[in-house]
Amino acid sequence: MSPSASTVPQWQAICPAEDIPQLGARRIERAGCVPVALFRAQDGQVFALADRCPHKGGPLSQGIVFGHSVACPLHNWTIGLDDGCAAAPDSGCTPVVPVRVVAGMVELDLASFARLEPVAGP
Amino acid sequence: MDGASIANPPVPARQRLVLVGNGMAGVRTLEELLRLAPDLYDITVFGAEPHPNYNRILLSPVLAGEQTIEQIVLNPLSWYAEHGIDLRLGSKVVAIDRARRRVRADDGTEVGYDRLLLATGSHPVMLPVTGADLPGVVAYRDISDTEAMIAAAAHYTHAVVIGGGLLGLEAANGLMARGMQVTVVHLMDHLMERQLDPAAGRLLQASLEKRGLRFCLGARTQALVAGAGGRVAAVELADGTRLPADLVVMAVGIRANADLAQAAGLHCQRGVVVNDTLQSVTDPRIYAVGECASHRGVTYGLVAPLFEQGKVCATQLACFGIGRYSGSQVSTKLKVTGIDLFSAGDFQGDGDTEEIVLSDPVAGVYKKLVIRNDRLVGACLYGDTVDGAWYFSLLREGRRIADIRDQLMFGQSHIGDTGHEGRSRAQAMADSDEVCGCNGVSKGRICSAIKEQGLFTLEDVRRHTKASASCGSCTGLVEQILMFSAGGDYSAAPTKKALCGCTDLSHDDVRRAIRTPAADGSRLLSVAAVYETLGWRNPNGCASCRPAINYYLISTWPREAIDDPQSRFINERAHANIQKDGTFSVVPRMWGGETSAAELRRIADVVDKYRIPTVKVTGGQRIDLLGVRKSDLPQVWRDLGMPSGHAYAKALRTVKTCVGSEWCRFGTQDSTRMGKELERALWRMYAPHKVKLAVSGCPRNCAESGIKDVGVIGVDSGWEIYVAGNGGIKTEVAQFLVKVATHGEVLEHAGAFLQLYREEGWYLERTVHYVARVGIDSVRARVVGDAAGRAALWARLQFAVDQEPDPWSEPARAGVDLRQFEPLSA
Repeated sequence: MSPSASTVPQWQAICPAEDIPQLGARRIERAGCVPVALFRAQDGQVFALADRCPHKGGPLSQGIVFGHSVACPLHNWTIGLDDGCAAAPDSGCTPVVPVRVVAGMVELDLASFARLEPVAGP
Repeated sequence: MDGASIANPPVPARQRLVLVGNGMAGVRTLEELLRLAPDLYDITVFGAEPHPNYNRILLSPVLAGEQTIEQIVLNPLSWYAEHGIDLRLGSKVVAIDRARRRVRADDGTEVGYDRLLLATGSHPVMLPVTGADLPGVVAYRDISDTEAMIAAAAHYTHAVVIGGGLLGLEAANGLMARGMQVTVVHLMDHLMERQLDPAAGRLLQASLEKRGLRFCLGARTQALVAGAGGRVAAVELADGTRLPADLVVMAVGIRANADLAQAAGLHCQRGVVVNDTLQSVTDPRIYAVGECASHRGVTYGLVAPLFEQGKVCATQLACFGIGRYSGSQVSTKLKVTGIDLFSAGDFQGDGDTEEIVLSDPVAGVYKKLVIRNDRLVGACLYGDTVDGAWYFSLLREGRRIADIRDQLMFGQSHIGDTGHEGRSRAQAMADSDEVCGCNGVSKGRICSAIKEQGLFTLEDVRRHTKASASCGSCTGLVEQILMFSAGGDYSAAPTKKALCGCTDLSHDDVRRAIRTPAADGSRLLSVAAVYETLGWRNPNGCASCRPAINYYLISTWPREAIDDPQSRFINERAHANIQKDGTFSVVPRMWGGETSAAELRRIADVVDKYRIPTVKVTGGQRIDLLGVRKSDLPQVWRDLGMPSGHAYAKALRTVKTCVGSEWCRFGTQDSTRMGKELERALWRMYAPHKVKLAVSGCPRNCAESGIKDVGVIGVDSGWEIYVAGNGGIKTEVAQFLVKVATHGEVLEHAGAFLQLYREEGWYLERTVHYVARVGIDSVRARVVGDAAGRAALWARLQFAVDQEPDPWSEPARAGVDLRQFEPLSA
């Protein structure tokens, strides 16, 4: 399933981790690509998901972050930051983009980012 | 995170949990536990019956031939397998060895436990009369009883049911539906004396007699007499009467089944005595839930309290240790198709109570409401139970009813007017009819979800079907559907409603904790401090409680509490309204709905410059720019040069005005000026929900003041102020608050009312619901009757909004995180 499984990750520095508000998110845009939401949890962990709710495509980067979850701003689905999947009883997943923090800098796997499939809109 | 571990540490042995009793209370506890801590235990379940967990409440429809046993199974065998549960069916636990922590079953097998959960339910009471052990004499408790009754109905004619309570009547009705001639023998003078008063009991009896049931009331059973073949043949009453009986059903009551616990030396009093954590007071490793548990002297036999207990017990078993069970209030409904009957609370009343009674024997309607100290304490409804859920909620909340007393009998229910064609009776609806107009959920879908997923509460239905989960106007309908699909006692049992799943505290509890300084004088001023001090289950709450707590903080301690942007919904964080495509809409403030050529030019220029696709005039006399990219928002605000209209916030939105006496030939007052004064005094005011005002210059009321949170209407001698109107889901006409003479008085009264709402309203509660909850009389007393209190409220509001910045022109001072408007690039 993971889009990067077969290839070598291409790590690209994005921003210092502190530039993402704690319990908040930033949006990464790149021409021709599906935007990615970068989240920072209370414990400092950073997550990256395609910025589309599996329900109706809502921008998850605009949601309220709690624990390792985000509530979609459109219809309040709860999406797990670890796996991109909706909490029961809702179902559906949004792709996870590999991300890591190296010396305080957030790095994203560009290869996975570029491979995100644009999904049909709402 | 992806570093390889060198050696796998040994997996610690899991704790062993044994459940004795494979019924609704025990298995529900397991379900809750598995949700909280799926891997904590190796679970073994003993069930004396050879069936997986089924819905015992629905045995009556099975008996009546309306449902099958397969349809009432709640957890099929595959569910146990999926969760790795060792299920021992047809295996009855006969002993607990507390010293060695083992249970032994009647087949000789033994299983050890670390924690033991008793959910052994209850025994039917069998009258100790001669012949009670004859063939053909059964209780009515489980599937095998039901099967015996169905089999008897196929071969025999005469049945006698002993006991005219809920269970007995359901049994009698079912046997009659299967073609038997049924007589009900009841010791008391009227039916269902524990649920109904005599008048309702007689109505019920008349209606059941019309269907063909026979009754012997005030009758004591003396003996059961055998026939030639050794099977029961007759019931002999104390007065000598003999009733022919090929089948006798004993339904005289149940008794908690605490035999096992008693033999194991646990303290029992009717049931296993448990504390608020559902632990046996004798042995903390042993828990008990359901009908076999005795909590604060009460044993419950209805499903809603059992589920409440299950939830609390699960948090304990999951080692969260936070849940407490403090008892339940219960309501009942008879599950006999075509008979509407509902009772709750103290419906009998006593010397201290007053009664409101409506009785129409011809139409078969009887309603009795019992009131004590201005509060509804009991309700007994027959024939028309639509408002049962509403009465039950009034009863649970203990709200004062003086102000609605004259309408109380006619009901109100939660039923709104829109989204379901104004229907109010779910039973009359076809399966294809839409119940929830927001989410497009039909009655059929709700019914099948209830049956297939085993749903019991309104919350369950909301989670699984989304019905009633958005605007809530169909809540009354959904509750009715639950009543007859899931069985009677569907109601949420807790006496107070928790703020969200992260806590057991209510909105009021949390507000009180925020308002009250600690013993050392310290106060709660941040969301994190509230969570820490009040023991929240999730360290940063959830998307429901964070905005609520943030609002409670900033409204209680203005200028001191820390306003946390990450605890606000995106609209309040970005100061614009998010749209379905992720763009935003922008509504600048136009004081009292007035604008100018210069403002309109600037708006037009902004529309051109930022290629804003849609410009719309709103219902609140403002202009809405739709489809603005988030990254353009700061520049759009700057170029507009107008203050925020807060159209995105739980705050003062618009003050709608008619043109008033300055131009209008009918106008008696200058409504536009009054509106502008109100808007300038109140804007930047955050509230539990959005707040809309209107000012009309004469009673023709062109500004529609009658459906606003605060509506002001000019008359020749001054201004009338109306509050708590609503033009939304359920149109609610505003209620008259006071008539005043001057602009200053309008400001002070309107402001004081809104400050009261800000201080007492629950987050996301509109003024209409707030006033319905506390009563208009209480609002009048505070805002109109108490001049000093009013002035103080008004002063507090002014203090709160005085230094609040306009987020559009001073985003930095307003604490807007400007990074959000700049996308990162890769």
